[in-house]
Amino acid sequence: MGLLSPIKDHHSERRLFIGRVILSSAISIVLLGGVVARLVQLQVVDHELFAEKSQGNRVRIEAVPPIRGLMFDRKGQVIAENLPAYQLELIPEQVDDIEDTLGRLAALDLIERGDIPRFKELSRTGLRFKPVTLKTRLTDEEIANFAVQRPRFPGVDFQPRLVRHYPDGEAVAHAVGYVGALSPGDLQRLDAARYAGTSHTGKTGVESSYESDLHGQAGYRHLVTNARGRQVPGDSSNLLESLPTDQTAGPGSNVYLSIDLDLQRLATRSMEGRRGAVVALDPWSGEILALISAPSFDPNLFAVGMSTGQFSALQDNPDRPLFNRAVRGSYPPGSTIKPMLALAALETGATNLTRKSLCMGYFMLPNTTHRYRDWKPEGHGPVDLHDAIAQSCDVYFYQISGDLGIDAMHDYLDRFGLGRKTGVDVSGEHTGLVPSREWKRASFRERDDQRWYHGETVIASIGQGYMLATPLQLAAAVGAMATRGKRFRPHMVAAVEDALSGERRMTQPERLPDVDISNDFYWDNVINAMHDVMQGPRGTARAVGSGAPYEMAGKSGTAQVVSIAQDAEYDEEQLEERLRDHALFIAFAPLERPRIAVAVIVENGSSGSGVAAPIARAIMDEYLGYGDDASD
Amino acid sequence: MPLTDTQRLLTPKAAPLSDFARLMRRMHIDGPLLGGLLLVSGFGLFILYSAVGESNRLLMNQVVRLSVAFAAMLIVAQMSPDFLRRWTPWGYLAGLLLLVLVLTWGEVGHGARRWLDLGIRFQPSEVMKLAVPMMAAWFLHDRHIPPRLGHLLIIAVMIVVPTVLIAQQPDLGTALLIAASGIIVVVLAGMSFRVMVGMGLLAVPGALLLWNFMKDYQKQRVLTLLDPDSDPLGAGYNIIQSKIAIGSGGLFGKGWTNGSQAHLEFLPERDTDFIFAVLGEEFGLFGVLTILALYMFVIGRGLYIAVQAHDTYSRLLAGSISLTFLVYVFVNTAMVTGLIPVVGVPLPLVSFGGTSMVTLMAGFGILMSIHSHRKLLPH
Repeated sequence: MGLLSPIKDHHSERRLFIGRVILSSAISIVLLGGVVARLVQLQVVDHELFAEKSQGNRVRIEAVPPIRGLMFDRKGQVIAENLPAYQLELIPEQVDDIEDTLGRLAALDLIERGDIPRFKELSRTGLRFKPVTLKTRLTDEEIANFAVQRPRFPGVDFQPRLVRHYPDGEAVAHAVGYVGALSPGDLQRLDAARYAGTSHTGKTGVESSYESDLHGQAGYRHLVTNARGRQVPGDSSNLLESLPTDQTAGPGSNVYLSIDLDLQRLATRSMEGRRGAVVALDPWSGEILALISAPSFDPNLFAVGMSTGQFSALQDNPDRPLFNRAVRGSYPPGSTIKPMLALAALETGATNLTRKSLCMGYFMLPNTTHRYRDWKPEGHGPVDLHDAIAQSCDVYFYQISGDLGIDAMHDYLDRFGLGRKTGVDVSGEHTGLVPSREWKRASFRERDDQRWYHGETVIASIGQGYMLATPLQLAAAVGAMATRGKRFRPHMVAAVEDALSGERRMTQPERLPDVDISNDFYWDNVINAMHDVMQGPRGTARAVGSGAPYEMAGKSGTAQVVSIAQDAEYDEEQLEERLRDHALFIAFAPLERPRIAVAVIVENGSSGSGVAAPIARAIMDEYLGYGDDASD
Repeated sequence: MPLTDTQRLLTPKAAPLSDFARLMRRMHIDGPLLGGLLLVSGFGLFILYSAVGESNRLLMNQVVRLSVAFAAMLIVAQMSPDFLRRWTPWGYLAGLLLLVLVLTWGEVGHGARRWLDLGIRFQPSEVMKLAVPMMAAWFLHDRHIPPRLGHLLIIAVMIVVPTVLIAQQPDLGTALLIAASGIIVVVLAGMSFRVMVGMGLLAVPGALLLWNFMKDYQKQRVLTLLDPDSDPLGAGYNIIQSKIAIGSGGLFGKGWTNGSQAHLEFLPERDTDFIFAVLGEEFGLFGVLTILALYMFVIGRGLYIAVQAHDTYSRLLAGSISLTFLVYVFVNTAMVTGLIPVVGVPLPLVSFGGTSMVTLMAGFGILMSIHSHRKLLPH
């Protein structure tokens, strides 16, 4: 205390100070009391709520994907299975320079250079610790190659995964479809909870239409994770206590197809190098025995994942291997509808079994000059209905078309199932088309176009003009011929089997409305004519049917791709191959108690009896046990 | 009734001091205060070890820092209050100069200019944490108590100038704490309640003015406090996770190093500003009340020293240092429990890092100096 300081009353100053200290202490106690009250509220009153939130924070539920159901053919041979395969994965957070790493992987030919931007994007957008799949199903060679280089690629490694595998690849592609990686569109459509953890889903065919059976039930397990979602390793035991019980995944159901893998392979071989489709079914149940579309593709490519280049090569192929001609291809049925129209004409009285026409090689409507030509320029001479079918005389049908009329044609072809979806359990089926007056009125805008012309009836009688049918529809229709009018809905799946209990849910044959023909005699005659197509003395396909150890029936067809100008000579050699007629053939066998009905279409095959019929014959041989390589 | 050390010193023959007490006295160490500080720091190291993910390296880091801080405390304790008082204006002016320097020359980090590198890197605002209350106490030391209005205005300028300079860095939290330490001095000096009410009324337009000067992130902190759930992944995340950590701790906690909020990284800034939440999660209500009791003991001892002090300067300074320490504890715990906005104040002696730890302990060194340099005369 310096001398200059004013006189101070130390006692009163100290009293004042003590008073202020007491006041401050009181305020402090109130403030800290507030904190303590808050702590009691958080830790005692609301403790359970926060304990639950803390638990919710640390425990993450991770989905366990189910194992997809298997597919077997009617003999129990495996069509689709799941194989463990090694795939190359990159964990973004463990890679310092992703671009450089991807570049070096491309240099080793493990990935394609064109896919680098896609992988970079995936590495950037996903969770940092979640692996990005660079390549699925590594070959042994690739695994060995990479194993040597692995030290140079921190954060990149191969991991075993189950991958869908189709041992017969191309032969079954269009019948069973394929699985592919889940797309954003799939994720919108599907139940997210069921597909959590799943990477692939059925995209086409049975894989798609039986997706809900094949997929199975996702399970889940509880993981302790940190704030960034990374799993805590098992040795941090004190943080892993008291987890709820996990739920194991329920495997998908196995699907038994009605198709016969041997038939499927044979059909695929027969169609090699050709474009077209083959459908064979059991006429008495609708079970599809074979369904192929050529050219085909390897469905394993979709399951494994394709590079951008591979996919565009498939998509841009002018032969359209991805297009399922068997159910989506619409072709003019040509003469294959003649047996059905014959029944219609008999039933309606437009013709009878004894009526004969003189075929001069062409037909003209009264008071016109247009010549409707027969496929045989010199004509068939005098023909009755039997001959008209067996020799496929166009002029006979031109002549009765006027009496039959387009509406009756439409009516009877409709009863055989043409022009409407068969309802097969393979998605994407096309409707085909059987024209009628009503259809034309509804489909065209101009009044002149809406009228139905006589000439259109004439060409409709040989399955040309507007008329279109899918190979599946033709197979179903010839099946209805084989059963004399009994129809069953075509289907691919014979049974669905619970993978755990082994319990099977059989697909019951679904009866469709019969084709009612009043007189059995008409069936006898038309079927007999079809028999003579293949095994009669003048049948169009007698070269194919002769010498067979069993009796069969069939009908050839040739569908024009473009109409040919009047008086022009049909010259195969000069036509672009693509402009040649499509070759069609429908058949069933054995003649008594038929077991198989077949439809074959070879695009630009020119001759139904010459090109398509031998394929139908080979399939029937194989199925009935007369095949060259039949082992049973 | 047992005799106090002072009484023993006065009557050495009747009740001689133990050798230990004599040594403490000679080293200007206050035993109870040192004991309290060591208990807080020790408990703090336990919590910190868990909060830094059981890293020995980081723990040793903190031990070294604490040692330096305790050394600073002992050094300051050797300086007599008179010496400190004489140098107070120069220290204050030097602090102001450094604050101006830091605004022009300072190093930028995390969007703020707080550091100055003059051979050693330090924050000049740390100097002001002690210089401001010292300056206010120095000014009132020779003047009439309770202070007159004119004197209060002069002190107000002494407080406002460094506060504004620090707020410019910007470091609003430190600025407000420094202002608080100055205001505490005048309140303890007996500023009339009428003036306090007047200041309180001025605070309303002042707060509105402050709001205009606040950066967006600071405004966001205030808004987030009012409704943390409005932005659960952004600004509200800290408070939500901190409340979950504390609440899930319950009465006795999840056990040391077993806090899932802290160890699974849900709790942000768990080793610095939010370490109190780790304590709450792992040791429960029992643990937080323990550390609060320890803090109360330290503050209580500080206020006792203030009351026992012999002159105005010592008394005001000791009171301000003790109560400012309480403000630190309150602001941090209230912020972590979601009672007030997040203002970036560490939990003293427990939070990791603590450039402020040296200042803090230097402050306790002043308390020890004040208590141990008293002239041993009866009143």
